[in-house]
Amino acid sequence: MSVLSALIVAVLFAVGVYLLLQRTLSRIILGLALMGHSANLLLMVVGGRAGKAPIIGAFGPNDTVADPLPQALALTAIVISFGIIAFLLALAYRSWVLTENDEVEDDLEDARIAQLGEAEMRRWWRRSE
Amino acid sequence: MFVLILSFALVAALLPGVASLLGRRVFYVAALVPTGAFIWGVWAYSQIATTGPLIEQAAWVPQLGLTLGLRFDGFAFLMLSLVAGIGVLVFVYAGSYFHTEPIIGRFAATLLLFAGSMLGLVLSDNLLALFMFWELTSITSYLLISIEDNKAAARTGALQALLMTGMGGLAMLGGFVLLGEAADTYSMAELLARPPSGSVVNVALLLVLIGAFTKSAQVPFHSWLPRAMNAPTPVSSYLHSATMVTAGVYLVARFTPAFAEYSLWRPLVITFGLTTMLLGAYRSLRQHDLKLLLAYGTISQLGLMMLLFGVGTKESIFAGCTLLLAHGIFKAALFMLVGIIDHQTHTRDLRVLGGLHTQWPVVAVTAGIVAASMAGIPPLFGFLAKEEALAALGETGFAWGALVLLGVVVGSSLTVAYSARFVWGAFGPRQVTMIRDQDYVGNEAVGEQAPKPSNMFLAPVFVLAALTVVFGVLPWLVDPMIARAYESLVGKSTDHHLALWHGFGQALALSAVAIGAGCALFWRRKRIEELQESMPRVPSAQRGYDRTVKGLLEVADAVTGFVQHGSLPIYLGVILLTMIVLPGVPLLRDSVMPDLWFADSPMQVVVGFIMVVCACAAAVARRRFAAVILVGAVGYGMAALFVMQGAPDLAITQLLIETLGVAVFVLAFRHLPADFVRPKLRGSQVARIAVAALAGLFIFGFTLFAIGARTEPSISGEYLDKAYSEGGGHNVVNVIVVDFRGFDTMGEIVMLAVAALGVAAIVRAKRAPTTAEAESSATEVEV
Repeated sequence: MSVLSALIVAVLFAVGVYLLLQRTLSRIILGLALMGHSANLLLMVVGGRAGKAPIIGAFGPNDTVADPLPQALALTAIVISFGIIAFLLALAYRSWVLTENDEVEDDLEDARIAQLGEAEMRRWWRRSE
Repeated sequence: MFVLILSFALVAALLPGVASLLGRRVFYVAALVPTGAFIWGVWAYSQIATTGPLIEQAAWVPQLGLTLGLRFDGFAFLMLSLVAGIGVLVFVYAGSYFHTEPIIGRFAATLLLFAGSMLGLVLSDNLLALFMFWELTSITSYLLISIEDNKAAARTGALQALLMTGMGGLAMLGGFVLLGEAADTYSMAELLARPPSGSVVNVALLLVLIGAFTKSAQVPFHSWLPRAMNAPTPVSSYLHSATMVTAGVYLVARFTPAFAEYSLWRPLVITFGLTTMLLGAYRSLRQHDLKLLLAYGTISQLGLMMLLFGVGTKESIFAGCTLLLAHGIFKAALFMLVGIIDHQTHTRDLRVLGGLHTQWPVVAVTAGIVAASMAGIPPLFGFLAKEEALAALGETGFAWGALVLLGVVVGSSLTVAYSARFVWGAFGPRQVTMIRDQDYVGNEAVGEQAPKPSNMFLAPVFVLAALTVVFGVLPWLVDPMIARAYESLVGKSTDHHLALWHGFGQALALSAVAIGAGCALFWRRKRIEELQESMPRVPSAQRGYDRTVKGLLEVADAVTGFVQHGSLPIYLGVILLTMIVLPGVPLLRDSVMPDLWFADSPMQVVVGFIMVVCACAAAVARRRFAAVILVGAVGYGMAALFVMQGAPDLAITQLLIETLGVAVFVLAFRHLPADFVRPKLRGSQVARIAVAALAGLFIFGFTLFAIGARTEPSISGEYLDKAYSEGGGHNVVNVIVVDFRGFDTMGEIVMLAVAALGVAAIVRAKRAPTTAEAESSATEVEV
């Protein structure tokens, strides 16, 4: 198999992860789109070698035919990633409506729990001293 | 027997509905069920004399070889008569205790459920079934203590009871599983007939004992029982004196004959039992609340029972059975009396109660009789039990027998003292001088204006008092029942008989000593109280529990605070790293390398190069639209790769979706600022790049591995063959999507529809009104 395909899959995924870890919602969504591409390509590459299109009549008895099953799966996956991205974009739009930007803030509730926990830790330290 | 236990649950399910019609008479309806159980018990008891134990079995989980076995023998009858007999009386009593509060339907149902669970507990032969009923009694106890759920004390008391008995129950389950696996059977009868051996069994027995000790409120697990006194008195009288708390004693009684010779069993049970007996009685002398006084008295008596069964000689087991019955009778009656006093005078504080002996002379005499039975005064049933105990402990033949006997005599004199304190405090004159705190103002004794309780309210107490007298004077009435219980525990019949008069002997002398010393303790009670006040306090188990719970919550806060501090990038980073490390390590260890070449065609190199460049550019782009266009370019590159792979359908779909996607991106982003906000910290940027690089490496390795791991040819050959003949289409991918895997596609369409609905709802949602706007619109409505 070609190292190049694996390399493309890996680069798309890595860039996707990098964008996913950002604080800007639109970059996160772009990252997800790239990760989706990477996953679809992975399905294709793992599915087998390139070949003639799996359309009856388009290949002869001695031709290598591309495996149709991963194609069908990837087809579904492409459409579903589009659905997810559309939904996330709506959320980003909503975030803009409410806050005029698309930064992902730290969760307030979680931050409060963290403060509580830190206070608890500090009390322990004091007690153990 | 299954029908019997189920009938409790069935009637309980009906009670809340009926309660609105019947009011508090619902308790009399509920009383019919334990009455039926008692009658069945008597009939079955007459059967087992000739046939041996009754056994019923039902397949429970046949796949696991689990059978739900029930077994009715003499000891089960002893327990059943407590559960069902006292159950009937408690239901009758509850009919007068409650008014027409809305909770009574729920209360009656839960109490009946408890009775059914307790019955199941004593009838279970299968250890796992026993555990299930054991936990059911814990849960119903929790619900009953907290039945007045608007009282904070009731809720915390209920929680403490549940946590402590639940913890013990879990330990016990562990013990049961170890025992069951060691003996290769979960039937208690078979297990006890052929007890397994080995070091595992020691651990198992220790775990079982933890369960028994927590349930029967042995020191240091006793603190839940006084807290459970926040329950309505019928609950205290039924669960927390006569039945549920004896479950641990029941278990020890069953296990002792088989396991008494194990190194741990006897010393542990005796030590805990004796400590509990002494500490409970000692603490009881300090209580001002009549109910708490009785609660500590119960702890003390449970300790004695535990001790008697733990010693495990024939005489002590016989004595244990007698005390189990005697204690159930007198303690249930005493709790009912406290409930009556509380109900009529609205206080249980023995310092303010006074004058009840002139108001209710009959009740006072009854209380005196029942308390005397608890103290072990002849000729009452409690005396018989105490005599049996002292006699049994006098002839154990163990080296430490004398020490235990001495402890029990001391405990008995303390029992005499707190029994006298109970009667004197509840019915004697008001002890004004004893008040230290300023809770109660005024000098008149509370009892003097108290209305008389109704006869129906008193009837259950009279029945129990009569029983404690009759069984004391005519011991041959209960003697066969106790002998049968003994026989089913030990496996041999006995020629020992209960008798009021055993002649002059050590036991009688010790009884006299205990009663004398108890009276002296009561006589000098003021001095004793001062002494108790001046003593350094024993580290309280209650404080231990409070500290443990508080510590647990603090640890939970600290841990939660540490792992959950609110930053989305960090959460995602942790998840991704887990994804990389966990499968990544085995991937490195046994990877299979496929045949490799660089690229399929020069065209692939060109397209791949463009995609990689575009993706990297999208990552560093500062302008929002530039990033969108670059990601779009990657998508078009995907379409090109699909064409080269031999997937025209994918290429077409990818082109369409990508075009649509870029349009949607532009629509959503058109209001947003043109530039991304610059990340604030350099360091976190490095961490992101590191995680991303690791993820890329992992996926690269994973792709190679996944290709190399294929061992079988693709299953698609069939699709190719049948696409036209069965699917009727030339394009195999199309046929798969709409025909062979049509359900997948339907799920996909549903998912798209849901996403579309979500998008529509979110986009059309209005901005939340600001406070000023909300106020102005509110005033408009008012206008």
